[in-house]
Formats: sequence, structure tokens, C-alpha cells
Amino acid sequence: MALTYDDVIAKYEPTLGLEVHVELNTNTKMFCGCSTEFGGEPNTQTCPVCLGLPGSLPVVNEVAIESAIKIGLALNCSIAPFSRFARKNYFYPDMPKDFQISQYDEPICVNGFLDVEIDTDEGVKTFRVEIERVHMEEDTGKSLHVGGSTGRIHGAEYSLLDYNRAGIPLMEIVTKMIPGTEKYAPQVARAYVTELRDILRSLGVSDVKMEQGSLRCDANVSLSPRGSGTLGTRSETKNVNSLRSVERAIHGEMIRQGNRLENGERIIQETRHFLEESGETRPGRSKETAEDYRYFQEPDLVPVAPDASWIEEIRATLPERPSVRRKRLQTEWAVPEKEMTAMINAELLDTVEATVKLGADPTKARTWWLGEISRVANEKEVEAISLMTPAQVAEIILLVASGELTDKLARQVVEGVIAGEGTPREVIEKRGLKVVSDDSALMAAIEAAIASQPDTAQRVRDGNIPAAGALIGAVMKATGGQADAARVRELLLKHLGQ
Amino acid sequence: MAAISRDEVAHLARLARIEMSSEELDHLASELDQILHAVDRVQEAAKDDVPPTSHPLPLKNVTRPDVVIPSLSPEDALSGAPASDEQRFKVPQILGDAE
Repeated sequence: MALTYDDVIAKYEPTLGLEVHVELNTNTKMFCGCSTEFGGEPNTQTCPVCLGLPGSLPVVNEVAIESAIKIGLALNCSIAPFSRFARKNYFYPDMPKDFQISQYDEPICVNGFLDVEIDTDEGVKTFRVEIERVHMEEDTGKSLHVGGSTGRIHGAEYSLLDYNRAGIPLMEIVTKMIPGTEKYAPQVARAYVTELRDILRSLGVSDVKMEQGSLRCDANVSLSPRGSGTLGTRSETKNVNSLRSVERAIHGEMIRQGNRLENGERIIQETRHFLEESGETRPGRSKETAEDYRYFQEPDLVPVAPDASWIEEIRATLPERPSVRRKRLQTEWAVPEKEMTAMINAELLDTVEATVKLGADPTKARTWWLGEISRVANEKEVEAISLMTPAQVAEIILLVASGELTDKLARQVVEGVIAGEGTPREVIEKRGLKVVSDDSALMAAIEAAIASQPDTAQRVRDGNIPAAGALIGAVMKATGGQADAARVRELLLKHLGQ
Repeated sequence: MAAISRDEVAHLARLARIEMSSEELDHLASELDQILHAVDRVQEAAKDDVPPTSHPLPLKNVTRPDVVIPSLSPEDALSGAPASDEQRFKVPQILGDAE
């Protein structure tokens, strides 16, 4: 009988290794001035350098170096005072040069770490993921395999290449082996990639969109029998395109390896592909060994030797760590854990923070963004932030706080702003949404209500307070819902001697 | 002692996708061996005070600003390609696996 995940964990200890590739959001490619814009027509963003035409010479993008240093510092790495580029030679048409410019034995950042928190049976626990290196390289072109039935390479008659992506700055972030994660290995992997993504986003160095491929994760995992003290053979799973997939891929691969080992089969060191539908992996290209890439120093590029003073300047500009910031905001705003998670998952933390900074109450800001505005955004299938600005939401919240709007009117103002009727003020003007706060106007409406329902008024005079509801309702109706019901009630009861 | 074996040359030829006859392998192994011995001689002359170098010029940190420069038109980009289709470079079927 096949081993379950729990069976596998009872017998084997997992060791993880994660390689994350992240495309930088620079304007231009790593070694030439071609645009890096996503989604252009095929081969409209190429030049002699990124096409590898004879006689062309690469020159490093200065912003890419700065981004690499930022990433290294944020991951607690040492920044190498001297680093060089190398050619990684291989024959595959995704690189027109027949090599990829990368870094080999002299990467720009080394020896960092990232702490991630996991919910365990014993409560929240911190795992330290050690970073081996961060190095700079260039992304490859995109292949389209034509012929055959599946669009896959096997059975394809030929391939079509688009080199728009070839040469886009790519950072490879490699962890050391991560032992001791036990049954939490899949969660640790996911938490690491999540935290890394948040850090990269906070640094502003990448779009970090896994679905567009600007953040990609290769997950290595191996199993060793408990207490054996040896390290098992690892597999490397590619095509992991979401945070959830990172967790599922490790989980699925641990079960596969555990069952192979249980049947006395060998684990082959290979590249595997994650299958989104089943959560399993299938074998891919057999791994060429590092030696086969015949790395050598790139003669067309000079060394990168960042000044210590420049590194310190960059360090001084690093933003607050996302995990630290989340904890701080959660405390400052007194947000329950569940709501905090909802806000983060909806990617509205920045937006809510911007709204609060403009004077809005944190709970109200959160409620508007996650409630009404998100609801409309979901309906329209757009981002909440495309419907309203933090300034508009803050203005409405402040108008409610000062009593100029009721919550009910505020909802109409939000609706009007989303419908493009103008600023909150303009919507209030156009729709005539001001709260009727003038007591004399209210009194007139109250007297009219009493006159039309004398019996009800008498019952209230006689002490039947709940009967006042009908009169309050009449006043609200007469004022078009723009009166403050609490104030109406107060004035009405007083008028009727209650 | 040979600095490079015939098997190593065959391996390199395979990696570089160069088809070589048995005679060519014998010939090239011997030539490469001589070249490597010559390089060894140079290395003898380089003592610890000579750092490994990848570049003859004493330059470092040559960078360019992150400013977009117009790219080639797709027609120009594809003009040197032996074959193209759908505004893409057309290459023969590839063995191995897709990235």
C-alpha cells in the first residue's frame, strides 16, 4: 500500500533547497538598452547585443547592480567587494548567443538569511532559511513548439523563438540546504517564497508576479531515512507558478520520493515539472552537471566592484521589513489576526495604510476597502485601488466622523465616486446627500409626522416608547433618509414629553 | 602525462554539438594537449602575486544608465535568420525539454 504523507514523515527526514529567479523591473535589459516591457509583439524588443550578433558588446545596467545590492542587503547578505560575470555555455535556442551571461564563482551577494514564521502544533515557530548566494544573470527568450498535438516539445516539428525576454535582468536567489523542517517542509518553502516576494516588492525592484513569470521558484527536495545521517538524492521541481503550488509541489514530491524509497527504488537526480492539476510532478530534462556548462569568465564585461560607501548609502534607504511592518500596523490599528490576513491577501495593506495616514480611522478604512469597495471591484473584475483613491475614502470617513454624512449616505457617496460622478464633495452636491442636521428643519418634519399620526403620537405621550418608530420612520422618509435617526429620535421624544 | 584525454575531447565535442570522426578526435586530442601544456608553462611563470584575470584592461564598474534605446524593427531583427515564421525565429526541432 502506498505511503501517505504522514507515513513518509514518520520514516524520512526532508531537506529543502529553493532557487528563486526574479526578473527586475528595470526599464531596460541587463546588458543593452532594449525595453523590458511585458507583453510586446514578438521580437520588437531586441538589438544586436541581446540577439548575440557578432561584434556587439554588452554593458551592465547600473540600476540592475543597485537592485542586486538592495536584494542582498535585505536578505542579510555580504556584498562582494569584487564580483564578475561568467558565460554559462549550453545549446538551446532560448539564448541566441548559445550561452547565458551569469555569475558563477564570484556572485555579487553571499551568505545571508531570512527568518520565516510557521504555525506549528506548538504554536508559531521561526525557521531560519540560510541564503547561499544572490547572483545576476539574464533571462532567456520564449519558445513556442509547433507541430505535434500538445504544443509540447516532444513530437514538435520546429520551434519559434521570441527574444523580447532574452536579456531581461534576472536575479537568482539560492538557499543553502534547509534541514530540520520536518513535516512543515512544504509550509516553510511557501512561507520563504512569500516573505521573499514581499521583501522584493517592498524594495520596489520587481513586479514579483508569479503568474507572469517575473518570480519563479525551483524547489529541491530530498529525503533521508531517519537517523541515517546521510543526505538523500534530490530532485528539482520547476514550473511552480504560485505560492500555493510551492507548497503542493514539495508535498507531492515528498510522497513520490518516499514511496519510491519504500519500494527499494532509487531517486534520480533530475529536473521535474510540476503539474498544476494533480499536484504531482513529471520528469523533465535530465540535469546537465555544472561542469558541462563550461563556465568561464565573460571577457566582454569588466568586474563589478561596488564602493563600500555606495553600499552603505543603499543600506540606509532600505524600507522596513514587511513582516516587521505588518506586526507594527497590526498593533497600532488593533486589527484581529483574521482581518489582518484578509487585508494582506487582498493586497490592500498599503492602500489602507495610505488612507489611515490621511486621518481616517483604521477600522473604518479597513472596512470600506475590504467591504464595499472590494465587493464592487470583484463584480467589475478590477483592482479595488482602480475604483477609488485613499484620499477619497479618507475624506468620506472624515465626513462621517464629523456627522456630515451618515454611514448610509456615505455608501451612496462611494457609489457615486465609483460611478465617476466626481469627488466625494461633488457627489454630495449633485446628489444632495447632506445630512439634515438643522434642528429647525427636523422639527418641522417631526411636527408634520405627529399631525399625520395623532394616535401614534398620543401612545408615545402615554409612555409607549417603541411606538415612536413609526414617527421616526415618517421623518426619515420626509427628509429623504438624510437625517441622523438618533437625533430625530431624541428631538421627537423630547417634543412628546418623553 | 596527457593534459586532456581523447574521451574528454569527445565529451566536449558532444557538448558543443560538433560531429567528429575517430581520426579527427585523435588529431585534436594531441593538438589540444600541446596547447594545454603551453598554457601550463605560462602558469609556471605566474606566481602568487599575479591575480587571475579575465580582462587585459584595469577597468571595473563600467555601466550604463537605465534608459531605453530604440530596438531593431522585427524585420531587421529577423533579417539574418535562416528561417522565420509568425515574426519569430524558426529553428529545427529541439531535443531535450522545454523550459
